[in-house]
Amino acid sequence: MKNTRASRLSEYSRELGLLAFIVVLALLFQMRNPKFLTLSNLKDLFTNTAILGVLSVGMMMVLLTGGIDLSIGATIAFSGMVTALTVSANPAISPLLSLLQGMAVGLVIGVIIGVLIAYCKILPIIASLGMMNIVRGLTYLVSKGKWVSAYQMSDSFKAISTGTTLGINNLVVIAIVIYLIFSYFLNNTRTGRYVYAVGSSPETADIVGIPRRRILLLVYATMGALAGLAGVLWVSRYASAQGDTAQGYEMSVIAAVVLGGVSVSGGRGKVSGIILGTILFGMLNNALPLINVSPFWQQAIQGVVILLAVISNVLIKRNNDRMTLRKRAI
Amino acid sequence: MSERTIQTERPWSLKNFFFQWEWFLVGLFVIINIINSFLSPYYFTADTFLSTPMNFLDKAFLVYPMMMIIVLGNIDVSVGSIIALSSVIMAVSYNAGLAMPAAMVLCLLVSTLCGFINGFLQAKFKELSSTIVTISTQIIYRGIAYIILEDKASGKFPSWFSFLGWGYVGEIPFIMIVFIIFTVLFAILIHRTRFGRQLFAMGNNSTACRYSGIKTENMLILVSTIMGFMAGITALFLTSRMGSTRPNVASGYELDVIAMVVLGGVSTSGGKGRISGPLLAIFIIGFLNYGLGLFNISAQVLLIIVGILLIVSVMLQNLRLGKQGQKSGAKPR
Repeated sequence: MKNTRASRLSEYSRELGLLAFIVVLALLFQMRNPKFLTLSNLKDLFTNTAILGVLSVGMMMVLLTGGIDLSIGATIAFSGMVTALTVSANPAISPLLSLLQGMAVGLVIGVIIGVLIAYCKILPIIASLGMMNIVRGLTYLVSKGKWVSAYQMSDSFKAISTGTTLGINNLVVIAIVIYLIFSYFLNNTRTGRYVYAVGSSPETADIVGIPRRRILLLVYATMGALAGLAGVLWVSRYASAQGDTAQGYEMSVIAAVVLGGVSVSGGRGKVSGIILGTILFGMLNNALPLINVSPFWQQAIQGVVILLAVISNVLIKRNNDRMTLRKRAI
Repeated sequence: MSERTIQTERPWSLKNFFFQWEWFLVGLFVIINIINSFLSPYYFTADTFLSTPMNFLDKAFLVYPMMMIIVLGNIDVSVGSIIALSSVIMAVSYNAGLAMPAAMVLCLLVSTLCGFINGFLQAKFKELSSTIVTISTQIIYRGIAYIILEDKASGKFPSWFSFLGWGYVGEIPFIMIVFIIFTVLFAILIHRTRFGRQLFAMGNNSTACRYSGIKTENMLILVSTIMGFMAGITALFLTSRMGSTRPNVASGYELDVIAMVVLGGVSTSGGKGRISGPLLAIFIIGFLNYGLGLFNISAQVLLIIVGILLIVSVMLQNLRLGKQGQKSGAKPR
């Protein structure tokens, strides 16, 4: 973490650039299809992107520590499936309880991954790949290969995602609340700053006495809990829980987060950045079908977007470092 | 990357000889076979041991290059997508009128190019971990396969093409002969050449290697390119076995292959491993799958078992290497 004015300015300019890019892209989409900038489509866009937003906060924290979590797609499916099965067995259950149940399921998975990474010293990619398989397999096992469909879910459960608070869709409200909480946590609490420190330089963090392992555990547990929450929201939103729910969704989340300027090597990234990254990514998903891009193109476009985002992050950082060095020389 | 001394040759002693990871693997292999033989009275026949491997040897071609990548301390999660892309391009170009041998060469060229791109990106953008590079190329390669073939299947290969995956030379499956040849080639490459020594040296300390004149960037690119080429070989055999191809083939292969390499005792922090380990691991996981098939266990349980196997074998590895480090007085990471 450098606090020199130059790097601060350029980090700020990165977000402005992203914002400008979003505006230009929106205008381009608008020219191709005038339906894009209508209120109903924008509502759709934000509602569809809210779940991505919830997850992006957790993934940002994971990337800040220099790790990665590929298991969240499976966690979404598992927590969604478990909650949906519970709801279909007891329709009277309160939606709030369902949300808590989903978070608890996700938290357990997150804690297991966290322990594997922090205390068993397994590389994040290997631990989360392994857990991805295990959790995905468990999802099929608990559902016995069947789906839970809309008619098996209570209306109050489905209302989680269709209801509104103060005129805003609940999903968007939840995403905003989570952004606010974690923005405060990461910027204004000691533990939040530790997350950055651990990612910036693990050795230094150890030397100055930061409980590095506990921070890692915390980060993966948070990611798990958020993925669990997202699972409930997902199932409520699409009114169906399946064994292959959210397969590969971790890639979308990673894409949104790196688009927002979070460095994959750790220690660098801001909540304001990932909000923009998530909106940009959500916009691509929303607008490509509107301007008649075949759905089969979307995966490749998503991949190219991730690659360009991480490469541009590297180039920007190189440029920053060079500028800092030049200043020092004079 | 921590600074560790490179072990050149461990002194031979009876204790060292028996305290090797490979013996644990041999034990595991024997146990799995004993269990399997209880499940099926017809298990212990030469035919079982010759024909069963045909089911999993296509994956095995990826294990040695993946071992080289993991020895470097890197990882490659894009192999499944490379297989899908090269296989789809082969099928589509054949059906568009290209001769089959030319289509097969094209398949290998495409996969080698994909591997080269992986290596090139890693060499040019060293700040990026191999994880993020191969995750993005994983999505891109499979995405291109989807663009080409959408959700259709393509096949109708000439009948001789099925020989690759199903044919026998005398009593021995053709795929096994090819596998043995590659095993010998990679064993020589990894353990008997300067290239192999540099590989382990780089896995231990890449910076020191660069300062001592090893062209580390070229090594990265070369290893990834080899990985790509072998993914093409796998694509040939896999497509031949299936008779047709779709953009979603070989998804999740990377996990199985990484699990085999890690179970084979190759350290995920780089610089450690022997080819005999992954070789045994291929057959352990292969016959385990076969046995679970005898049990009538579903593919989902298999997912869980491979996941657990991966995590547990890394944990055992860490324990083992941690102990060794303490014994030799090295600083534990």
